[in-house]
Amino acid sequence: MSDVTPTLELKGVSKRFGSVVALRDAELTLYSGSIHALIGENGAGKSTVVKIIAGLYQRDNGTFQMNGADVHFRTTAESKAAGIAVIYQEPTLFPDLSVTENIFMGRQPLKSLRRIDRGAMRAEVLSLMDRLGVNLDPDRPAARLSIADQQIIEIAKAISLDASVLIMDEPTAALSGVEVERLFAVARSLRDEGRALMFISHRFDEVFSLCDTVTVMRDGSYVATQPIAETNVNALVRQMVGRDVNELFPKTEAEIGEPVLEVEGLNCLGTFSDISFTVRSGEIVALAGLVGAGRSETARAVFGVDDYDSGSVKVSGQPLHKHSPRAAMAAGIALVPEDRRKQGLVIDATVSTNITDAIRSHLSSHGLISGKTESLTAREWAEALEVKCAALDTIAGNLSGGNQQKVVLAKWLATNPKVLIIDEPTRGIDVGTKSEVHRRMSDLAGKGMAILMISSELPEVLGMADRILVMHEGRITAEIPRSQANPESVMYAATHTIQELAA
Amino acid sequence: MKALSSLLRSRETGILLALVILIVVTCTINPRFVFSTDGWRDLWITPSILLVLAVGESFVIITKSVDLSVGSIMGLTAFSIGMLSIAWPGLSPIMTFAVGIIIGGLLGFVNGALVAVAKVPGMVITLGTLYAFRGIDVAWAGSRRINASQLNPDLLALGTASIPGIRIPYITVIAVVIVVIAAWYLHNTRSGREFYAIGSAPQAAELYGLPTRSRMLASFIISGACAGLAGVLFAARYGTIASNAGSGYEMQAIGAAVIGGVAIVGGSGTVVGAAIGAFLLATINRALPILGIQDFWQKAVLGVLILGAIILDRVLADRRSRRLVAERLPQ
Repeated sequence: MSDVTPTLELKGVSKRFGSVVALRDAELTLYSGSIHALIGENGAGKSTVVKIIAGLYQRDNGTFQMNGADVHFRTTAESKAAGIAVIYQEPTLFPDLSVTENIFMGRQPLKSLRRIDRGAMRAEVLSLMDRLGVNLDPDRPAARLSIADQQIIEIAKAISLDASVLIMDEPTAALSGVEVERLFAVARSLRDEGRALMFISHRFDEVFSLCDTVTVMRDGSYVATQPIAETNVNALVRQMVGRDVNELFPKTEAEIGEPVLEVEGLNCLGTFSDISFTVRSGEIVALAGLVGAGRSETARAVFGVDDYDSGSVKVSGQPLHKHSPRAAMAAGIALVPEDRRKQGLVIDATVSTNITDAIRSHLSSHGLISGKTESLTAREWAEALEVKCAALDTIAGNLSGGNQQKVVLAKWLATNPKVLIIDEPTRGIDVGTKSEVHRRMSDLAGKGMAILMISSELPEVLGMADRILVMHEGRITAEIPRSQANPESVMYAATHTIQELAA
Repeated sequence: MKALSSLLRSRETGILLALVILIVVTCTINPRFVFSTDGWRDLWITPSILLVLAVGESFVIITKSVDLSVGSIMGLTAFSIGMLSIAWPGLSPIMTFAVGIIIGGLLGFVNGALVAVAKVPGMVITLGTLYAFRGIDVAWAGSRRINASQLNPDLLALGTASIPGIRIPYITVIAVVIVVIAAWYLHNTRSGREFYAIGSAPQAAELYGLPTRSRMLASFIISGACAGLAGVLFAARYGTIASNAGSGYEMQAIGAAVIGGVAIVGGSGTVVGAAIGAFLLATINRALPILGIQDFWQKAVLGVLILGAIILDRVLADRRSRRLVAERLPQ
């Protein structure tokens, strides 16, 4: 391969933001007809590399070549014109515009008088959808599409752009099962057409099933590039963290006690129905299923963020008022939401404000909060969870994903809850911090807390849960004890309705 | 069929229906509202200036901002071309229109440049220029008043003349031409669609590589140029220009756009809707006394109308969002 000119090549690329070095010495070589994985812990500089390729950031040093010629992109429009398509972690769609317009924005086919040729545009979208094997109405607005469908639009965009390089920054973070397979099928067919693909993911099983080459980064530097066939998970993890991570899922046995959270016949039209389960003290119960199965919605209803139509929720035998997070908090429930940045944190506030957010009323005297009490309490929790930040008045938005998650955890643990509901505890968190979060959850269960964990990552579900509840289209389709749980049984229940399972 | 049903369900059709009902009801009480020389002429000419302002304002609102300074730009432009007519009495109406549009466009450029450079929301910047432009106007005009006798007679003639036969005033024709051009541009061109994309999701537009800054700047220049044109139309129609010309028009322009379905959060709506909204606002003002509602209540009625439009938007958006979720669910 070395005598072939790479489609895209970065060498010795560095990038600083003020005094922070984001990239020291990045290296990346993409060939056409290949799917290349870029892996590394959070903060290793993967996203910075993507943004430099996309023209969003400019490199400070190093070379950047495409097909052997030097390039320098100052805007995203320039990199797009050079044939690079980037699918970002967050979909970049325009909710008010139709699916068709979203795919062609800025480069619509034209007819006379430079008018947009809507007919041609629509026809092309239909053939794109056909090719991707999806059934999406080209005229519907992009608003309220599922994350999977949003990703499909991003991919349709990239295909219609006829990009020679396609970069996907954690495209599967919000997908599961079938959707991931569909995405991979498309990625493979693009590879076979001779395009160069780059794929960033935290999930090793995906990296091994999809990619042929892997580049590892650590602390803003290039570590190694190797064919996927010549490496394995342990070797990659070692390269990523620079040390051995002994246990990915440090689950310890805890004594399981009385039921703490009891949910009976919860219904919410169109979202979930007939949801009943209990979580006992010391127990970790996982809520597994595909994205959109109604897991987060169930959690939100239990915590009282959203209303439900019928059913009941009890905490330690006491019925809980519905639609009142305040009542849920008073009863001892804590909810660590899925979206840290939007729901878990006040992103522009300091670490200490965030940590003490949920216990404001206990800290105040005569309605005033003393900064001293606040920072003392915050320090206690930040130390307990080993939040890594320069100072407690660091802005939460500037922390890495893993540290942000610890801040959210600290905030809720400070309320001293009996029940912890935690939605996607380790989404977008690097391997090292991941096992730390898992260990922490295990400890909490050991101390008698009842934990309900929602997760789309099968290894996490299988590794951490004492019991697994699987949801499919708003219903619980299976309850699987730890001893009988395996990837097949969970995935089967997640993709079939109760009737199909019974048959 | 699909096209027809979406046309019938569109916001523009709804607001047009409201306008027609208003005119018919008022007409049954007093036929002179439409069927008289003055009534017919007023029906068309009253909304014209607001129509032009609402078109410009729509560009800014669609791009997720708001321009509060259009009334001041209109006033300052009207006074400027008045002074220009005094200095060069021979200036042709066409040149006067050109100068007015350029002055308005330059003032709009000031707004847009401040928004782009200072990265402060347009509402705050234009709140500042609302007062700044008006201040310049007041300082310059003082207690002076430009009279019809000082303006170019051709311009004044244009302000009062109508197309023979159907007797639609030329001012209205100019306004409608502006609406048609703007609607065509926003619907049919790449750059026109980009205003919607930017207003719908500014950060996505940035990542996507759309020229967000230049479109933002363009929206304020277009809004300013429309306000400048409105200033010339104001001079042509009324013939008298004092330092308070155009004050308060900004709120009517925003109100017209919102009533016409241009969502205040950006990304949706059409200039045709805004134009019909302007028509409705201006016509209600004339109809209320005939319907027996006292002058005092006129502003309150307008307020209720704007609130009603916003609540309607909210309800429709909720319904649409529920429908879109439902479509997503497997059957």
